Amino acid sequence: MATAAITAEREHYLNKEYGIRSWLLTTDHKRIALLYLASITFFFFIGGFFALLIRLELLTPAGDLVQADTYNKLFTMHGQIMVFFFLIPSIPAVLGNFLVPLMIGAKDLAFPRINLLSWYLYIIAGVLMFHCIVTGGVDTGWTFYTPFSTAFSNTHVIEAGLSIFVAGFSSILTGLNFVVTIHRMRAPGMTWSRLPLFLWAMYATSIIQLLGTPVLAVTLVLVVCERAFHLGIFDPTRGGDPLLFQHLFWFYSHPAVYIMILPSMGVVAEIVPCFSRKRIFGYKFVAMSSIAIAVFGFLVWAHHMFVAGISLYSAMIFSALSYLVAVPSAVKVFNWTATMYKGSISFTTPMLYAFGFVGLFTMGGLTGLFLAALGINVHVTDTYFVIAHFHYIMVGGAVMGYMAGIHFWWPKISGRMYPEAWGRLAALIVFLGFNLTFFPQFILGYLGMPRRYWQYPPEFQVLNVLSTAGSTILAVGYVLPMVYFLWSMRYGKIADDNPWGAAGLEWKTASPPPTFNFDETPEVTWEAYNYEEIPAPAEVALER
Amino acid sequence: MSEHIVSSKLYIGIWAALMVLTVVTARVATIDLGPFNTVVALVIATSKALLVILFFMHVKYASEKLTKMVIVSSIFWLLILLFLSLADYSTRRVG
Amino acid sequence: MSDSPIAVGQHGPELRHHFASVEQQRDAASLGMWLFLATEIMFFGGMFCAYLIYRMNYFNEFAAGSRSLDLKWGTINTMVLICSSLTVALGVRAAQMGKRKLLVVLLLLTLVFGLAFLGIKGIEWYDKYKEHHIPGQSFNADDLVRDYPQIHIDQQHEQIYFSLYFAMTGLHALHMIIGIGIFAFLTFYAWKGRYTPEYNTPIEIGGLYWHFVDIVWIYLFPLLYLIDRRPLR
Repeated sequence: MATAAITAEREHYLNKEYGIRSWLLTTDHKRIALLYLASITFFFFIGGFFALLIRLELLTPAGDLVQADTYNKLFTMHGQIMVFFFLIPSIPAVLGNFLVPLMIGAKDLAFPRINLLSWYLYIIAGVLMFHCIVTGGVDTGWTFYTPFSTAFSNTHVIEAGLSIFVAGFSSILTGLNFVVTIHRMRAPGMTWSRLPLFLWAMYATSIIQLLGTPVLAVTLVLVVCERAFHLGIFDPTRGGDPLLFQHLFWFYSHPAVYIMILPSMGVVAEIVPCFSRKRIFGYKFVAMSSIAIAVFGFLVWAHHMFVAGISLYSAMIFSALSYLVAVPSAVKVFNWTATMYKGSISFTTPMLYAFGFVGLFTMGGLTGLFLAALGINVHVTDTYFVIAHFHYIMVGGAVMGYMAGIHFWWPKISGRMYPEAWGRLAALIVFLGFNLTFFPQFILGYLGMPRRYWQYPPEFQVLNVLSTAGSTILAVGYVLPMVYFLWSMRYGKIADDNPWGAAGLEWKTASPPPTFNFDETPEVTWEAYNYEEIPAPAEVALER
Repeated sequence: MSEHIVSSKLYIGIWAALMVLTVVTARVATIDLGPFNTVVALVIATSKALLVILFFMHVKYASEKLTKMVIVSSIFWLLILLFLSLADYSTRRVG
Repeated sequence: MSDSPIAVGQHGPELRHHFASVEQQRDAASLGMWLFLATEIMFFGGMFCAYLIYRMNYFNEFAAGSRSLDLKWGTINTMVLICSSLTVALGVRAAQMGKRKLLVVLLLLTLVFGLAFLGIKGIEWYDKYKEHHIPGQSFNADDLVRDYPQIHIDQQHEQIYFSLYFAMTGLHALHMIIGIGIFAFLTFYAWKGRYTPEYNTPIEIGGLYWHFVDIVWIYLFPLLYLIDRRPLR
């Protein structure tokens, strides 16, 4: 067993250099991943704080905690921060940055200095957004619809728009780095068909980031120019079409939800085989489904606009395409489930989160199909049904996948084990809190409670109270890991190279890895997920 | 990319073609071709773009399929944006 | 220059240590630039989408606005950019052949052409300012209404054309300015002798960017200037 003394002597990426300059000027992808981890966790709690304020206001039917204008700012800031400053960077910028070079056997990403630039762009965007918040925020909704955002809102639309523009640039550069790295820097023997599915997911995510984000960027530029220079592109009095904004906005923002979910799917594809001790079922199908989601995801955006005034003919096209995009996601769910069948399941914390992901994502995804049906959409659009739908995917899906990944790779990242009992407890609290928060919202939406309203008819109160109660439990579930991860960095059990007995190149190097990842460039001669050859951790311990 | 060094004569030839096409497109615009004015203008523009891409940007001599994939994919994605938006606008009732 | 194959142990200072070879580094840089250009296609693409929709709906106003642009300056500017693409392509060739002085001259010429383009664009924008065609409070298209009595022109819709004109040419000009900045750096380092037949990747990928900006203008010219130049009946 490794002792503290031996670990302290071995040089790795955390102890190679100390001091703030060595962190702020690093080009090591692993350190940059940790810089991102700190930053997005900060924004997660700010976004969560806004969520709690929203839920507090909605405890009572009357608008009695804040004024209506303030409430508009609360849900806007919650959405903007969670989408652009937490969810979109989360897995790619933290786990992707850390793992992509390790998983392909490379020393770093293709462009390490651009990687650091990505983080600084994120920070600049974050400073702009933070300044925007403390000077009064924005009240347009995270969707910035015109002409309210261009002509009527009295809030800091330009600053928020510029902030998100810069954050988008950060996202584009990360995606660019991943695509070039995966194409150009794979170790000898690491063919496309041996790539871990996490990398297929990161590749597909990066394609979306590259091709979709620029459209959001130019749209925000147009909104900013319209406010600043009185151009008239979205101004109805000059013949501008508000729907044009929505087309351009959703062309990015729908694929953006796949940026948020695909990486989590990749994480689950790594965790499920490991804790079932089985190869992934249908590797090729899972890999191809990632690409399919990335491509089809660009064809469905106007399903956010069914009742906004698009033609019925185009609504039918987009509805049909929206049904199509669910198919590759379903393929993944079937393949994960088939992987677990007759596997040797361990209910570790990552696996608990993965289970949660599969169930909750399925619910969220199926309710997406309800929304894709034109007849139903007319009734539940802009109600809490939509809010419940996307939170099941974003929180029940994406955030759970993120938590699963952080737990799974924490030994590799920090060289320490987190306390397993607390991990399982937190996972359970998150699952219970999540469902209590958001399941009532499906019912609320179905019964007709509109979204973005700061007061509501009294008959909706009971469900709202349940939802708020759930949100406090959920908050506890998120604070717990913060505490025990920090605790583990000092007091956690020292981790082996491969505490889970997992497949993948990242587990063949030390925990934490040396700065250049591998002592020698690995050569890959085995297929991915070769679990029949890897002993499970308990067996490894017995051998000692 | 490749080490293939293109002759300066070829570059100057492409340049001349581009200049000629520029004059042509400006002139043809003043002739009444009905709805074909737009088509001709876009065909000429695309020809000029292709000359720049294939020769000035070396894509003709690039041995990699990947480069061509990137170019074709990005144009295809732009067309998705244009055509699916058009699917809405061109099928709205007028008035 | 050297005619022996470059072993990994004997590389120049420009090989970054996370790459296994100079070839891998160059291939990575090249793919990176092409992917970046793909994002730029989508970036400009959003504006092309807006243009497409509004031209469909407000053709008369777009035609009138297009006619009010100076065809002479537009054509000259298109030719200026084509010349600059020639000097860039010849410059990459000079770098590949190790001709330092020629490379510097060609890069300087590129900068001259780029600045000429911006100068002419400035003249055109100033003309629009004098004619009150800048969208906003002072916009006035009475001159267009007067000049084209045969077609109905809605002055409010006319502002949409000019909004797009300024947004698209402005974004293009911004990319030109960035390109000029990049090429100023390239010229300086070329003069210092940094680029050789073994290592000229920055020239190559800088050239790709410049050619892309040229291609955007190749489309902007007919779309903005040549909407309807047929003789008026």
